[in-house]
Amino acid sequence: MARVVVDVMLKPEILDPQGQAVQRALPRLGFEGISDVRQGKRFELEVDGPVDEAALARIHDLAESFLANTVIEDFTVRVEEVAEAAK
Amino acid sequence: MTARIGVVTFPGSLDDRDTQRAIRVAGAEPVALWHKDKDLKQVDAVVLCGGFSYGDYLRAGAIARFSPVMDTVIDQAKAGLPVLGICNGFQILTEAHLLPGGMLGNDHLHFICRDQKLRVENTDTAWTTDYSAGQEIHIPLKNMDGRYVADQRTLDELEAEGRVAFRYLDVNPNGSLNDIAGITNAAGNVVGLMPHPEHAVEPLIGTGRTDGLPFFTSILKKLVNA
Repeated sequence: MARVVVDVMLKPEILDPQGQAVQRALPRLGFEGISDVRQGKRFELEVDGPVDEAALARIHDLAESFLANTVIEDFTVRVEEVAEAAK
Repeated sequence: MTARIGVVTFPGSLDDRDTQRAIRVAGAEPVALWHKDKDLKQVDAVVLCGGFSYGDYLRAGAIARFSPVMDTVIDQAKAGLPVLGICNGFQILTEAHLLPGGMLGNDHLHFICRDQKLRVENTDTAWTTDYSAGQEIHIPLKNMDGRYVADQRTLDELEAEGRVAFRYLDVNPNGSLNDIAGITNAAGNVVGLMPHPEHAVEPLIGTGRTDGLPFFTSILKKLVNA
């Protein structure tokens, strides 16, 4: 089994009020020096069988059509190595 | 013979009964449609009503857009079937790419519920012919994800083609670009807006006016005269 991670972020030009609210809370918590925060979504897909090119292509289509709305969001797809020891 | 107007119920829809009632008040026949059913029961038009379909999980409207009923709605809307999306319905229409742009959380991060003043900017759509151009109306607004966004090219195109059908007046309640409250597709058969005309069809309730009723009388006239 392998894990594929899809990260989805609002496009850079789109206002992210949730990220701004987090950023504004930081000084109150004693965190200085962070000028901007943007909040996104992370999907972890546990894939049965090998993650070959065909499987990745299918996941890319899934991300493009469903996990992200490409009118307002960008996404990345990557395979995450799952260490044996961690299992 | 009157017009038959379908109202889709998704899991999490809230305003299906109110929408059916508004259709009846206008003099048309409401037809209940079910999200799992591809069959539109030969209705003459469809309303996607407000609520939180599928819990608004992933993004508002994102899961509803892939429901069996939407397969048929999308096909038929492209072929000219009149479709009105109210609130969650508007979100579903943008997710389905029947309308351009997208909907995001209100810029102030709070749920909002208020009587909202709007200006009707396009009276040529299937759903707006009973308004007069520039008419100012009051309609209830209630949402979490009401911020309309689109890239500059899309906004320019909407403005140039007169496809901003409704604009917020006095207050922009959610940070929508260009104060956009509702838009239409190029053909004028698909219209979406965030405020709720179905809650403003009788003087006793809502804003105390019947400013939402022309949506339903407009489509009735169009269908009966067709």
